[in-house]
Amino acid sequence: MSPIDATDRRIVGATQAGLPFVPRPYHAVAEGLGLDPEEVMARLRRMLEAGIVRRIGAVPNHYALGWTANGMSVWDVDEGALPGLGPKVGALPFVSHCYRRPRRPPLWPYNLFAMVHGRDSGEVDAKVGEIAALLGSSARAHDVLVSTRILKKTGLRLARQEGAPA
Amino acid sequence: MTTLSPTARHLIDGFQRGLPLRPRPYAEMADRLGVDEETVLALLARLQAEGVVSRVGAVVEPHAAGWSTLAAMSVPPWALAQIADFVSAYPEVNHNYEREHRLNLWFVVTAPTPEAVRRVLDGIEYRVGVPVLDLPLEEAFRLDLGFALQWH
Repeated sequence: MSPIDATDRRIVGATQAGLPFVPRPYHAVAEGLGLDPEEVMARLRRMLEAGIVRRIGAVPNHYALGWTANGMSVWDVDEGALPGLGPKVGALPFVSHCYRRPRRPPLWPYNLFAMVHGRDSGEVDAKVGEIAALLGSSARAHDVLVSTRILKKTGLRLARQEGAPA
Repeated sequence: MTTLSPTARHLIDGFQRGLPLRPRPYAEMADRLGVDEETVLALLARLQAEGVVSRVGAVVEPHAAGWSTLAAMSVPPWALAQIADFVSAYPEVNHNYEREHRLNLWFVVTAPTPEAVRRVLDGIEYRVGVPVLDLPLEEAFRLDLGFALQWH
């Protein structure tokens, strides 16, 4: 992954918090940082191409849009079948995140995580059923973890550089 | 649930990614939506004020400039609130959820290096006295590239 320098970090920090709703938002960000607007756009373009910035756009709030129910479905999938099945689960329209993570036996036997969204818990259950059908006998076990309380949620921020003040 | 105008729906569906990196991105957005720039600016301000759109900005790859992991703990229900507050107080913790499971506390730790993440997990494990499961992302089958509303 290409390294990013202090200027990149400042730009990401400023744009991550939200672009202003003015006709020339990158110019406004550049002015706030004391940078050239063309440099701000060029650096963002480079970070986008390098995969450091995943996307630039509107970040919707699922809850406000009516997706009030979600379940983190977790699956114990056969290692040999996972490379073929993982992308299929990830492509389902109601799945927002889909990752392979390590098992931690005996406490945690699951290696596939798929975050499922719905308007209510019944809809989430039905969607989990669709994933179960897709995985078939390749999934030995699964569970659905419903979040009961959000205890802390801050947008992901760029990690501070080692040694930088908190 | 919030009722969205067709323009608002098109905006949210079409611009979760790919905001132009050119001087007047909202004017380009307006062209594609068939409205004028002022309408887009006013609409975005309203959607943000209503909480439908939390922001318009950059979404960063978690492992691009550092390391992160998903961590889970099984804590006694009577102690959960106190332990959760303790965990949330770490600046490296950016999400913390209670979930219905024996592993009832789930949180994301982000720091510059895997070692720094490990130190946070070790610190929590030592102070709370409960094992912390370290479940880092090994492969993404779907990245957070936005979420479709069209089938809603």
